[in-house]
Amino acid sequence: MFGRDKHTAEQDDTHRDDTTRDTTGHDDANREEPATVVKGDPIAKPDVPPWERQGEQLLEVRDLFVEFHTSEGLAKAINGVNLTLAEGETLAILGESGSGKSVTAQAVMGILDMPPAKIPSGEIFYRGKDLLTMPEDERRKLRGPEISMVFQDALSSLNPVFPVGWQIAEMFRKHRDMNRSDSYDQAIRLMERVNIPGAKERVKAYPHQFSGGMRQRIMIAMAIALDPKVLIADEPTTALDVTVQAQIMALLKELQEEHDMGLILITHDLGVVADVADRISVMYAGRIVERAYVDDIYAAPAHPYTKGLLESIPRLDQKGQDLSAIGGLPPSLTRIPPGCAFNPRCVMAQDVCREESPPLRDIRPRRQSACHFAEELLDD
Amino acid sequence: MTDLETTERATSDRGTNNRDIVLKARDLRKYYPIKGGVLQRQVGEVKAVDGVSFDLYKGETLGIVGESGCGKSTLGRVLMRLEEPTDGTVEFDGVQMYEQSGSAMRKMRRDIQIVFQDPYTSLNPRRTVGEIVGEPFNIHPDVVPKKGRRKAVQELLELVGLNPEHINRYPHQFSGGQRQRIGIARGIALNPKVLICDEPVSALDVSVQAQVVNLMEKLQRELGLAYIFIAHDLSVVRHISDRVGVMYLGRLVEIGDEDEIYSRPTHPYTQALLSAVPVPDPTLRGKRDQITLSGDVPSPANPPDGCHFHTRCWKVQDVCRTDTPELEVHQDGDGGHLSRCHFAEVRQVIETQDVSGRGKDSLFAGQGERDNSDAVAAGAAGDGDVQSGPDTRAPSGG
Repeated sequence: MFGRDKHTAEQDDTHRDDTTRDTTGHDDANREEPATVVKGDPIAKPDVPPWERQGEQLLEVRDLFVEFHTSEGLAKAINGVNLTLAEGETLAILGESGSGKSVTAQAVMGILDMPPAKIPSGEIFYRGKDLLTMPEDERRKLRGPEISMVFQDALSSLNPVFPVGWQIAEMFRKHRDMNRSDSYDQAIRLMERVNIPGAKERVKAYPHQFSGGMRQRIMIAMAIALDPKVLIADEPTTALDVTVQAQIMALLKELQEEHDMGLILITHDLGVVADVADRISVMYAGRIVERAYVDDIYAAPAHPYTKGLLESIPRLDQKGQDLSAIGGLPPSLTRIPPGCAFNPRCVMAQDVCREESPPLRDIRPRRQSACHFAEELLDD
Repeated sequence: MTDLETTERATSDRGTNNRDIVLKARDLRKYYPIKGGVLQRQVGEVKAVDGVSFDLYKGETLGIVGESGCGKSTLGRVLMRLEEPTDGTVEFDGVQMYEQSGSAMRKMRRDIQIVFQDPYTSLNPRRTVGEIVGEPFNIHPDVVPKKGRRKAVQELLELVGLNPEHINRYPHQFSGGQRQRIGIARGIALNPKVLICDEPVSALDVSVQAQVVNLMEKLQRELGLAYIFIAHDLSVVRHISDRVGVMYLGRLVEIGDEDEIYSRPTHPYTQALLSAVPVPDPTLRGKRDQITLSGDVPSPANPPDGCHFHTRCWKVQDVCRTDTPELEVHQDGDGGHLSRCHFAEVRQVIETQDVSGRGKDSLFAGQGERDNSDAVAAGAAGDGDVQSGPDTRAPSGG
């Protein structure tokens, strides 16, 4: 099963006496690559999208654990996350604050501050190479040309004392050994590509001279400068107004298609996800609790948390809606409740939920849920 | 005072003037000076609120939406008289608010209260919840006699779904959602007629947002409050509001009831705003009417001449660049409502489904009405400096 280290071994123990439950596919569900390809699937489409094809994934995260040593004790930010990403695919990681979605992205990107963070176990493969065992200077060569990231807050992510063009051009100077004027030409080309008006005149302007939307475009220009294969966007539009959000999401989509990039979109906004994602992983307290295709998850969520989220958001196109809130709060990562982390807030919780942590398992073709009662929820 | 006349006309047009108006704003303006140069002379002004007129009826919710910098928060502060307006009047229950002097104004504030956006900074960290929620009683000592105050505060905590035993705790011992409940308890302490809510849920997580929205609806039903609900989230505003006003660069560009704004918008900005909101339904992907605006909101220090929206509008003509359109009634296919556009025309951007009564059987129906959870014990309280006290029991289920 898991059994690669002490954490997973502990987990293993809790599941071992779990004989009454369906144990088939635990392995697959957590490894994911076979789980997404279900043989003889009656609803499989003839033209299989790239992320369903067997073979080498662009990015693969296996059994990742991340913890932080804080003054209040050990915060278990990520507790066994598995992900895959293929070329041209958009994977949304959905979760509330503290669910571990940003930490996952930072671990993949290799920008976690260690310490306080620690990765006790797990593997992150980029095209078959494990990033976590790679020497740091080799990893640095991948960061930018291969894997790149757009951050939420463009104002604090850009350096206020250098012109934006200089910051974009830095990518070319560091990674491509370009001289100053050539790299500036590249910066102008990129600023034009992300639709910044008057790029030539504004290449030497400073971040504070741009609006929020324009700063986010500059961040995107930096991220795509070296044609990466994987782009991680961490809440790229959360700080922006809704009309600007629409512009930025359209730009990201366009760039993704142009370069056939794999895009990991980290967000808490169920609306944005519905608009752009192919697949979704829903995170809660450092675990993936549900994983499915975007249409399936919105039509019939297979985890009570996902269902609760969908019931709790007001919709623009509905009137007279009754909102149902999920009671309580997400748990603190230093004190994750035993059993299923969602059990104190769950209306379906039984004794088994307080004792056994449900593994992420196959419940239908191409979808997984980490709930003991996923089938009951779907059949309702 | 053309705005005033139009508004009067519109309200009588729609036959709603027989309802009680609790707050009447007319031609409100708030300009902030921009100072520059060595002598700090005034070199310009930011027109944060630039001629806003509306009526608020008893017990209704008026939503004010707009993007950042449109002046919606300034409007809230001016209505509370936390800022003195540059011009304009507010009539509250038939009394001119800006003509009141200190003590009379204080008395008036019993009936008009505010809840702020950020529950992390709007509560004094050095005071207990009992002191924070009870402070309005110290300022207005005649409301509740001194002896009964502790009990009154506990009743308020109970009303907003908090544990009354937590009266001696400090704000940092509560989670964000619980703090917003504290802010609301303080707001309704004096049993006001109007509660101004400035982005009350935008700092909260999705699953907690619904708890606070449901609480506000419950309080409105029980106490007959009128809300001015200021927010940038059009979905939340639709859910809670009876009427909605859309602001752009200090001006109301469209105002009407929920259906008029969401199903029959006539102003291009409202239409663009509605079309940009993502709907959590992947089956609608690519099928929705998408209007993509170019550029950003212009600076309020130097707003465009004529119609403020003309720099981003796809319908722009020469007249838009020179003449400011009035807020007047335009036909919307089913009557008419106020809109500030030379070329106002109805365009249905979103298809509305009526789902009244359908939520009763949802999985989490009726959840989250109370938030008794002990944020300290659960380790979920906001700041990192929480001392783990003797009280370390695990949060109870449900």
